[in-house]
Amino acid sequence: MAKITVTVNGKTHTSDVEDRTLLVHYLREHLNLTGTHIGCDTSQCGACVVVVNGKSVKSCTTLAARCDGASVTTIEGLSPDGQLHPLQEGFWECHGLQCGFCTPGMIMAATDLLAQTPNPTDDEIRHGLEGNLCRCTGYHNIVRAVQYAAAKMRGEQVSSPNA
Amino acid sequence: MIPAAFQYVKANSVAEALVLLQQHGEDAKLVAGGHSLLPAMKLRLSQPTVLIDIAAANDLKGIAVNGNTLSIGAGETYHAIASSAAVKRTCAIVADCVGQIGDIQVRNAGTIGGALAHADPAADLTAVFLALGGSVSVASASGTRQIAADDMFVAMLTTALDSGEIITTVHVPVIGAGQGASYAKLKHPASRYAIVGVAAMVSMSGGKITSARVAVTGAGPQAVRQTATEQALIGTDGGDAASKAAASKAGDDMDYLGDIHASEEYRRAMVKVYAARAISAAVAQARG
Ligand SMILES: Cc1cc2nc3c(=O)[nH]c(=O)nc-3n(C[C@H](O)[C@H](O)[C@H](O)COP(=O)(O)OP(=O)(O)OC[C@H]3O[C@@H](n4cnc5c(N)ncnc54)[C@H](O)[C@@H]3O)c2cc1C
Ligand code: FES
Ligand code: FES
Repeated sequence: MAKITVTVNGKTHTSDVEDRTLLVHYLREHLNLTGTHIGCDTSQCGACVVVVNGKSVKSCTTLAARCDGASVTTIEGLSPDGQLHPLQEGFWECHGLQCGFCTPGMIMAATDLLAQTPNPTDDEIRHGLEGNLCRCTGYHNIVRAVQYAAAKMRGEQVSSPNA
Repeated sequence: MIPAAFQYVKANSVAEALVLLQQHGEDAKLVAGGHSLLPAMKLRLSQPTVLIDIAAANDLKGIAVNGNTLSIGAGETYHAIASSAAVKRTCAIVADCVGQIGDIQVRNAGTIGGALAHADPAADLTAVFLALGGSVSVASASGTRQIAADDMFVAMLTTALDSGEIITTVHVPVIGAGQGASYAKLKHPASRYAIVGVAAMVSMSGGKITSARVAVTGAGPQAVRQTATEQALIGTDGGDAASKAAASKAGDDMDYLGDIHASEEYRRAMVKVYAARAISAAVAQARG
């Protein structure tokens, strides 16, 4: 067993976990943060993406034990005051999801993408989300949702494309 | 999927990792980015009893240029390498190659040392490392040694490393005036692994190629140099005709692996196509 102390969405938790526990299972089963999904479980689909110390990672391919001392942000941590994060708002406004299964991972990956590339082209968004698979939307509205969020985060005036 | 049980230990330095490796023997494995090892462990293809985590070892970090050599700490991630100004300036092919690996999350985790130690048949860096004629510094309980790229890849997923050894630094040459190096890959559409990848490096003088190294990954069990292609390039102007003629010799003398993504025959054909692209781009760079 490993004793780990992890700050998740601003709250510090000290837990005993099996050494082999994966971060995704720690989040979902120990902390009941089920917004982080397990899609493929083979490191391919990105449904499990969370941010660890400022960088997006696949939590199905990260050991919880390695995250001792780390700061983790999950989808639940994006709107601490109940106000939607620009990315959440963008996915809402631009119809960036259908079943919603891929959405938490898409949004967490997009936070890393926008931190690196605040003013992305559509092509850069598509490449930046290469690690995230969506079986429903065809990606088109996901790209629009990320553009919406990027504009809002740059402080520009945004309006819903469907308004 | 959950890996078989193991004991997790963190090493904060190479020295600590070496002690732990000695202490735990053959059943222990190093974990760096974990992006080859953990998927294999989840499938129970690999079941080490002890995992020694070297991701926090600061002496495996650092990127430095000394004279004509670029040295990259084995623990540097693809993301750090792709965004390094020193790498882009001195050996752009490496930044370009790692920038094409997987996706942002894979690049945030995977390391150059892990990629070379794992030697996946579809890895990108193996071919680039071979074409550049690089080397690795390796540490073990009995001291340190250098392994040249030409001696590194022994068979599928097998390198010249012994089980008690750690790659500490990866060295590649600075690409100087009159030289060019380029990597061209046909990528798997989902994972971005190389279905076929070809790296080429050329040196030119007076409009003629004076030396060339070309290596192929993805198509067979391990990355291999293409000496027939290299020989055919030397003495030519590296123009379209010469590049194509040399590329047509690529892949004739190597083993192939076919799978559901691409047959052996298709890979054989693509090796020539991507060899021509890598060579042309390297020549264009060498001409300045
Ligand atoms: C979805 C996905 C897509 C990918 N796409 C690509 C791709 O397009 N191209 C590509 O090339 N790769 C790809 N990869 C593989 C990725 O590059 C891995 O990160 C890499 O193969 C291994 O590096 P690592 O640091 O993750 O090593 P780990 O998985 O931690 O270790 C791999 C092996 O190397 C050993 N090892 C690690 N570091 C050292 C060291 N310093 N000294 C000695 N031994 C060491 C370990 O003991 C282990 O046996 C992909 C992986 C995933 C999950
Ligand atoms: S569940 Fe982690 S990448 Fe698919
Ligand atoms: S919205 Fe259903 S998988 Fe993306």
